[in-house]
Amino acid sequence: MTESTETLIEIKNLTFSRGSRKIFDDITLSIPKGKITAIMGPSGSGKTTLLKLIAGQLKPDSGKVTVEGLNVHQLSRKKIYQLRRKMGMLFQSGALLTDLNVFDNVAFPLREHTKLPEEMLEALVLMKLQAVGLRGAKHLMPSELSGGMSRRVALARGIALDPEMIFYDEPFVGQDPITKGVLVKLIKTLNDSLDLTSVMVSHDVDEVMMIADYICVVSEGKLIAQGTKEEMLKESTGYVNQFIKGLPDGPVPFHFPTVSYVEDLTSSNKSSLL
Amino acid sequence: MSLLVNKVQNLLQSLGKGFLSNVEAFGRGSLFMWSLLLAIPSVFFRFDLLLKQIYVAGVLSLPIILMAGLFIGMVLSLQGYTILVKFSAEEAVGTMTALSLLREIGPVVGGLLFAGRAGSALTAEIGLMRSTEQISALEMMAVDPLKFVYAPRFLAMIIALPLLVLIFNALGVFGGYLVSVSWLGVDSGAFWSQMSSEVDWREDVVNGMIKSVAFGFLIAIVALFQGVNAIPTSEGVSNATTRTVVHASLGILGLDFVLTSVMFT
Repeated sequence: MTESTETLIEIKNLTFSRGSRKIFDDITLSIPKGKITAIMGPSGSGKTTLLKLIAGQLKPDSGKVTVEGLNVHQLSRKKIYQLRRKMGMLFQSGALLTDLNVFDNVAFPLREHTKLPEEMLEALVLMKLQAVGLRGAKHLMPSELSGGMSRRVALARGIALDPEMIFYDEPFVGQDPITKGVLVKLIKTLNDSLDLTSVMVSHDVDEVMMIADYICVVSEGKLIAQGTKEEMLKESTGYVNQFIKGLPDGPVPFHFPTVSYVEDLTSSNKSSLL
Repeated sequence: MSLLVNKVQNLLQSLGKGFLSNVEAFGRGSLFMWSLLLAIPSVFFRFDLLLKQIYVAGVLSLPIILMAGLFIGMVLSLQGYTILVKFSAEEAVGTMTALSLLREIGPVVGGLLFAGRAGSALTAEIGLMRSTEQISALEMMAVDPLKFVYAPRFLAMIIALPLLVLIFNALGVFGGYLVSVSWLGVDSGAFWSQMSSEVDWREDVVNGMIKSVAFGFLIAIVALFQGVNAIPTSEGVSNATTRTVVHASLGILGLDFVLTSVMFT
């Protein structure tokens, strides 16, 4: 990471557990302003949890998260809601309000937080919908949209209040190649044209490699690697190499840990299988 | 021997665990109720949200309340008549119907129906909003779900149930009139005059209304709490919906006994 980049989000010694399971164990990372940072890791490594911790929806066991110099988890409820106006979040499912149509979903944050006259509001919403290419779908209900379209509407809603940062939760999961291409283009264009800071949680290596400036890899609660895309690609051994190249065997073994194969087959005491 | 000790230990452990998790749930419920009550004033600035929820909880429950009220009034007066006629007191059937409805059956049956119709729907709605991340999305859009989702629904239920119970009672009395006067031939004048002289505004009508407000409060808090704490899967939401109906119904019956013993003894 170059010295000149300003840090927007800083995570220091973050530990978080669910029940007795430790999701994050002493993680420290920083997210630079104006760039696309991808947080990668296998399924179940708590990437979504990390976004919720940054947005203050979850509280860590220890450590701190600062956004624009503010310690998120020490803010009052009111202050945290003020901070969230500067954040947009794209949920995996889109999370559109099911009782509102596309137009009203995008207009929702504007209606809640501003007192704009209806004509101006309409113009703004149409601009946001145009940006994601769905101006023509403004009358549809969320149940009439495909998964990819829902995500694009959610993206339009996410940028409705002109946030400074936007979080993407697994934006490419379960999408066809065309939709993936559209989303890749949208994330990149929006980041550059709106001067956003984008944080993307994903395990789709190809798509991430196309647009991310920085990459952090987490696994089993630890931060394994952090650096620019080029630095990641240079890794030729270890976990990062296995993850980026999608190798079936490596530091993450193919076999679930158990007794040796021979021992298992030859043992007369079958209870060891249990 | 050590096996026995182990078993006893396990039993004690699970007992303690169960007790602790119940205490924790109770604590979380109380905290939730407290934050809900604090969010209520905000509803008065968002009348549109409240009106919509009163429509959803109240107006949409009308058909079941109307039908149930009518039939229960008819059955009550039919049963009442067959007993009272033995003592030649069949003119008291109007009083009997009205008093049973106003004091007990209106609030209780109305409440049970409301828990099944509106309470379960509320739990399912909130549970699904959570499982589809809509609640999270609201939080991220800096819209407080307490003020935007929970508080309007909570208040709407407390307002809707007493109104529904009033309608239930009125339909019940009308059903009683149909059966006893139009069908069984009780004198119409006696039916109404005995009723109006025996039924007391404060003692019967107001007490019944107080009951229905209390039941509305109970149903709303149970339904919301179950929805908010539902495990966000289809099975979790379905279990939470069932729990809402069971807990709210039992709660109504228990609370009714307490309220009756305070009000009418």
